[in-house]
Amino acid sequence: MTTLLKIVRSRFAFAVVAAVFGGVIGALLAAIVQAVFTLEPIANFIKFLLQFLLIPTAVIDSIYPVLINVVSVLLIVGHLIVGLGSGLGLFQNTRLGRFLYFASETSFVWGLTGQVTAFFIGNGLVNGIRALAGLETGLLNEPAVVFGAILSIIGSLMGAGVLTDWMLWIGGHETPLKHGAPEGKPEWFRYLTVDVNHKVIGIQYGITSILVLFVGGIFAIVFRLELAQPGMQFLNFDQYNTLFSAHGIVMIASILLGVGAMSNYLVPLMIGASDMAFPRLNAFSYWIGVPSIMLILAGMAIGGWDTGWVGYAPLSLRAPLGVQLFLLGFYMNGFSSIASAINIIVSTITMRAKGMSLFRMPIFVWAAVAAALIQFTATQTVGVALSMTIAERTLGFTFFNPANGGDPILYQHLFWFYSHPVVYVFVLPGLGVISELLPVFSRKPLFGYRWIALSSLGIALVGFLVWAHHMFVSGMSDALRIPFMISTMFVAIPTGVKFFSWVATIWEGKLSFETPMLFVLGSISVFLIGGISGPILGTIPTDMHLHDSYWVVGHFHATMFGGFIFPFCAALYYWYPKITGHMYKESLGKLHFWLMVPGFWVMSFGQMSVGILGMNRRYADYEPSLGIGNTQILITLSALVIGWSLLIMVYNFIASTRTEPVADTNPWRSRSPEWQTPTPIPEFNYDTPFEVVGDPYDYGLASSQYVNMAPAAAGD
Amino acid sequence: MGKLKHAIAVAVLTLVTTVGLYFLFRGMFALPTAASSQAEPIDTMFQSHFLMMAFLFAFIMVIMIYSVAVFRRRPDDMEDGPHVHGHTGLEIAWTVIPTIVVVGFGIYGTIVLGDITSEQDNEMVVSVVGQQWSWNFEYPEQDVQSARLVLPVGQPVLLELESNDVLHSFWVPEFRVKQDLVPGQVKQLRITPTELGNYRLRCAEICGTSHSQMMADVQVVSQADFEQFLIDSAFRYSDLSPEERGQQFYLDLGCNGCHSLDGTAGAGPTWQGVYLREEMLTDGTTITVDDEYIRNSILNPNDQIVQGFNPNVMPQNFGERISTLEAQISASEGADLDVIADIIAFMQTLDQ
Repeated sequence: MTTLLKIVRSRFAFAVVAAVFGGVIGALLAAIVQAVFTLEPIANFIKFLLQFLLIPTAVIDSIYPVLINVVSVLLIVGHLIVGLGSGLGLFQNTRLGRFLYFASETSFVWGLTGQVTAFFIGNGLVNGIRALAGLETGLLNEPAVVFGAILSIIGSLMGAGVLTDWMLWIGGHETPLKHGAPEGKPEWFRYLTVDVNHKVIGIQYGITSILVLFVGGIFAIVFRLELAQPGMQFLNFDQYNTLFSAHGIVMIASILLGVGAMSNYLVPLMIGASDMAFPRLNAFSYWIGVPSIMLILAGMAIGGWDTGWVGYAPLSLRAPLGVQLFLLGFYMNGFSSIASAINIIVSTITMRAKGMSLFRMPIFVWAAVAAALIQFTATQTVGVALSMTIAERTLGFTFFNPANGGDPILYQHLFWFYSHPVVYVFVLPGLGVISELLPVFSRKPLFGYRWIALSSLGIALVGFLVWAHHMFVSGMSDALRIPFMISTMFVAIPTGVKFFSWVATIWEGKLSFETPMLFVLGSISVFLIGGISGPILGTIPTDMHLHDSYWVVGHFHATMFGGFIFPFCAALYYWYPKITGHMYKESLGKLHFWLMVPGFWVMSFGQMSVGILGMNRRYADYEPSLGIGNTQILITLSALVIGWSLLIMVYNFIASTRTEPVADTNPWRSRSPEWQTPTPIPEFNYDTPFEVVGDPYDYGLASSQYVNMAPAAAGD
Repeated sequence: MGKLKHAIAVAVLTLVTTVGLYFLFRGMFALPTAASSQAEPIDTMFQSHFLMMAFLFAFIMVIMIYSVAVFRRRPDDMEDGPHVHGHTGLEIAWTVIPTIVVVGFGIYGTIVLGDITSEQDNEMVVSVVGQQWSWNFEYPEQDVQSARLVLPVGQPVLLELESNDVLHSFWVPEFRVKQDLVPGQVKQLRITPTELGNYRLRCAEICGTSHSQMMADVQVVSQADFEQFLIDSAFRYSDLSPEERGQQFYLDLGCNGCHSLDGTAGAGPTWQGVYLREEMLTDGTTITVDDEYIRNSILNPNDQIVQGFNPNVMPQNFGERISTLEAQISASEGADLDVIADIIAFMQTLDQ
């Protein structure tokens, strides 16, 4: 086993992979050259220029196509050679050569290579068997694609190296837990490779989350431009349907990654642990998320799908092939949620610092644990629904198709039993960030700490009892839907407790308005829009009008933005100086805020307004007679403003890494332990374990202390 | 005393903002016309929700913005704020009061739901069938089928919803109520239209490629117009024999204006005994009035004129009119008919 691993992960293998990547990039460039330079106006222009070299026109006409082909071949061969050479370490004196030399060893490159290779192995295997059995074959043959995709996940994990330790254990080998930056490699290498440190994994989650957020955001911008006017302008129905379906699931993946970023980075720091309870499992939960998202994106390329992110049967049973990769990607992402939740729960239960009783934990930890409890217990049911759909399509089982005796409503129950509670997975950590930051910027204790802590658990619990409100018009009997209406209304109670406690926290405080605080206040206002637009959907009679209308779109975008995106931005600005050691630019942060908050308000109220007038959700088009044209333009414009403002944030974070490091380890004067440790944070967080001696948010209580960073050794 | 000042300010501002927001919401979230009796209690419920939304939004935002304006930290002030970490009375209040309110809304919702779904006397059943991507309506009591939903004003209607393939959803915004169509099951929805007018039914559950085009016209009409609709729709060309259909087309297309059936002369030759008759044309040739001649004379009237008649009398657009008619019949009855063949069949019955 070890010898095999050594051969596979040798310099020569890295060079081959680098050469293949170089070749692929070269081929893409060659394809672009082929497409662009054969366009008539461009070709004519170049031929016109060539005349000045005194070459006869006839010669130009005959050599021009040859020239294009030569350039294409040169591009492919050149990239292949650069890849191979860099992989072998020949160009280490250039920046690009050094980058490529190390990049060829990263888990990202190896994971992708493993995923593609395994896909073709699986695909070929099924096609081979089918050929022998005399069945139809083909690269896009459905069973072959599904089996290839399943293998591709395993291939990606093996390629990335996240399974290596476990496989060696099976072979009876002991492997040490490798901590610290890899030797002889640049700093960035850690972040592109399997690493077990929770802070590295947190940053991997965070950056992937932002990248995926932009992918999903671009999908939204594209179909919002289409919706700005009635009539179909540049998309057809299938493209539109694929885009909104992918937007939904890609954004959910992004939010789950963002939740993972915050929980992974912050929970061990806040509870005083050196790392998570299961560091290898922690790496696994990140590295299975990456190929899952790749599958979903690949699904768009092989036919797309038109079911939305809910994938309701029986439509999912007759949707294009892309739906299979969507279902499988969604399913595999569930492993990430479950594994990550186990880590959060176990770490919090077993690894808290001395003296940190449950009610002395930072409030964010309560939120993260409540979210993890939901992820750990609910994800399985959606996995069941998704895998049953895959089995029904691929193997011919009957579960949901009424034509064969199945029940389409069963799918909805299984689906929403996860997919409603998961909404609280998205928002609870965000609400935790709001509760965490408000006392710091108000210089006042968090009002009603225990009530807020328990309200997180309350929301998580009630969240399990309301799933059928997504099915109020599916035809359930009143005996079922009335109890679900009442339980749904109960969600307002713990949510209300949070709002009231937040405004009581800032009341008579000493507020200051740095960017994180602005985003916290913005979060409250946006989550409030989501909150107040909810009960009207919870009471069945009004829901019968609003169900599946744009009101719902407005409601849940406000909930997701107020409960996740805005607090996530607040968290990024707030912990940025701790993570990077640099301070972001306050002016750009404020610009981001003042673009995104009004932009979002307009978008949200606009969506609710067109919905109540009769605009259907998931509609590629609408009739001018609805009289909503102007509002639709406003919604599209706000979406563009939100997109640009987020780009400003990313620019701010990249540009600010070049500024002078901040001298202060605790610029916000927080009492929380992560701010008491040096910047950058040591590999194992705290050089000596701290002891909790007071309450976390006792701002304004003279000579009170939350953590004692250097407890006397005699105390033990 | 200072504390009381802030509290009073917030209370007054909240009250003013609530009223302002309520009217803003009523304008911003304008509901479409209410065209069913079910819409009335639902709209009343909407208004009570808007009031609640306005109050909650005003309450939290006023405290927040007031705090932002009033409780600011001066840049040089490094002191912390007052050490207030909770108030059990307040916590209980803002748990108990919302509980009462939401339970109240739950009960209110239950009552309204009972009201809008209750069975009514003298219900008319309409069966609604959805398929990718069109709607069909059947009136089983009247034995009528239609591609549009026509309802008499004031008549309680029980819609029985079925799907032929995937999930769909019945939603006419003006009627307010909505119900999914589930393949293999029959779902029910009750509507009593109250306002005359033309509305639009749009599918509200994603159903594949052309989901956003799955629409049908909905008309609420007077009782008299509804009777007329039943009569118009009850007639189906495809139920008739070819000869009967030919007679109907003879009337529908207006052939009777020029061509008599009893031998009297008109602007065109009589159809009595016309089939297989020998005729002398204006160019001197003699022809037999067979299928080919009749078809050509309908489509190209000036081609072969019988002696004694004038060209340019018969309109040139019958080809177009006939194909339109065929398309309409195909759409409404699902039958592909050949109008000219039916007319020829009718001619064959007209002996000397």
